[in-house]
Amino acid sequence: MADGSSVPIGAMAPASGAARQKGSLHKLARHRSTTAFLLCLPLILLIAAFVVYPAFYAIYLSMLNKKMTAFVGLNNFAFLLKRHTFQLVIFQSCLFAITAVVLKALLGFIIAHLMHNIPGGNQKIWRGLLLVPWVIPLALSTLSWWWMFDPSYSAFNWILNQFGFDNVPWLGVGWIARACTIVVNVWYGTPFFMIMYLAALKSVPEQLYEAASIDGAGAVQKLFFVTLPMMRNIIAITVLFSLIVTFADFDIVRILTSGGPQDMTHVFATYAFQVGIQSGDIPLGASVSLFMFPLLAFAAFFVLRGVTKRSKEIAA
Amino acid sequence: MSATTMEAAKRAAAHSHKSSLHRQRMWALWGSYIALGVFVVIFLVPPFYTLMTSLKSSAEISAQSGNPWIVRSPTLENFWYLITYPNFQTFYFNSVVVTLLTVVISMVISVMAAFSLARMGFWGSQTLSTSVFLTYLIPPSLLFIPLFQIVGAIGMINNVWCLILLYPTLAVPFCTWIMIGYFSSIPKELDEAALIDGAGYVQILVKIFIPVAMPGIIAATIFAFTVSWGAFLYPLAYLYTSNQMVLTVGIISDLIRGDVFQWGKIMAACLLASLPPIVIYAFLMDYYVAGLTAGATKG
Repeated sequence: MADGSSVPIGAMAPASGAARQKGSLHKLARHRSTTAFLLCLPLILLIAAFVVYPAFYAIYLSMLNKKMTAFVGLNNFAFLLKRHTFQLVIFQSCLFAITAVVLKALLGFIIAHLMHNIPGGNQKIWRGLLLVPWVIPLALSTLSWWWMFDPSYSAFNWILNQFGFDNVPWLGVGWIARACTIVVNVWYGTPFFMIMYLAALKSVPEQLYEAASIDGAGAVQKLFFVTLPMMRNIIAITVLFSLIVTFADFDIVRILTSGGPQDMTHVFATYAFQVGIQSGDIPLGASVSLFMFPLLAFAAFFVLRGVTKRSKEIAA
Repeated sequence: MSATTMEAAKRAAAHSHKSSLHRQRMWALWGSYIALGVFVVIFLVPPFYTLMTSLKSSAEISAQSGNPWIVRSPTLENFWYLITYPNFQTFYFNSVVVTLLTVVISMVISVMAAFSLARMGFWGSQTLSTSVFLTYLIPPSLLFIPLFQIVGAIGMINNVWCLILLYPTLAVPFCTWIMIGYFSSIPKELDEAALIDGAGYVQILVKIFIPVAMPGIIAATIFAFTVSWGAFLYPLAYLYTSNQMVLTVGIISDLIRGDVFQWGKIMAACLLASLPPIVIYAFLMDYYVAGLTAGATKG
């Protein structure tokens, strides 16, 4: 993995080089790092222009008034925090991200175990079928879900009716709509957890399980004392990754409910879109999306730590 | 005599023990298959319903009689409508062009950068690899508002070409990250030998690294393809006329007019638009899964 311990090409050579070659080797090394830098230049420019610069520009924008004529300091943030709608947004974003990630991780773990139980030859076709939700572009599959939740033609309501239940206004009532957005996200994200955990399960050495059985461990003990500790790092990385992506999700809520009913399903991204792009208040929209930053930074820090740790484990 | 009976008894005991173990295994196996089957059915409900709806005529959809989960008189009229519908052709064309260019640009940028970061190194290259990874963790929903101003400033609002500038930012960080991983795993003896034989860095990259790291390149390419084919936020925010739209946004804004939902056509469009990713995954899934699990990515 990218542990950064790789030795640059040609860097080994000087060790055996004689002193008289020092000048030319020095030139070679300089030439090498110039070439290296030039190869990275497109990447640096791209990231500087469309990621780093916009990120700082967002901070600047968030401190302007609506017409972008005057500097208002942190007023936009203070204004948002006082608004009831925005308090709902904060609550819903956290609820959406945490519930969805926990469910995805649990289901992914269960399915990965089931997959691990069946013989290797059959796994491929099952895996292919289970990955379908994740392969279809999210914006398009959310449309299908929307259609299934449709109030008048709802396919789900038809099934409920068959069993004698009343119609459910899937996307029309706050808490049900919230649950629906979470269900769609879980449906979409579980396959990813499944393949990550399956790969991790396969990397747990069989001897550990054999040793545990000899010591008289049952299935539950094996799970808690062998499987989970061995997978701890990969679980942490996937959960944090998924937390970032789910927290910043836009497609599902935008298509399914556009934030309604009564702004109860808005998350940061959709609210920022509504305020910033649709209502044209760019500074306020920028402030909304900047509220995501603390949590993202927190998660990113731990992801990075986990990945570095894992690279070291693999390298060792 | 007694020895043989003892032997037989022992064997029988062992046999019964073995068969009970065997039975247990069988139960676990069948249980797993049944549970997996349930999950597959649940996971495939939306695609199945999409397919069923796309085969229905508008009359059958609005009739609301009987089971909505099956199609009574299947028809291809929705697909035929879309294939001959100029706007849909434009969306498809735009999506294909944008995706192909994004994939090519992203792969060139990230392969060059990954080679440099994994093997050559320069002052600050370590910091750069870390920040590439951090960039990958910055979601588009954090950047789309300032980017709206930036895209506006360069006069590319409602211009499909702006996506070609923006989409690589979604794909390049992760592609670079997996390529660094694949390149680092190539033994150093290979390129040292080439260096001694007088090959330049570009030659080493093109003749050795790219062919050897082909699985990684395929995985990264699929990732770039997936990201740019399915992106929704940027086109929704920056494009607003039909002739500039890509599939994800076009289907939603063009086939839904006010309160009129042509669900049959929308579902058929979803199927047609999901076809390229499904075909690609059907053939190259293994590469992608390998690349993904190596890079520990998002979902």
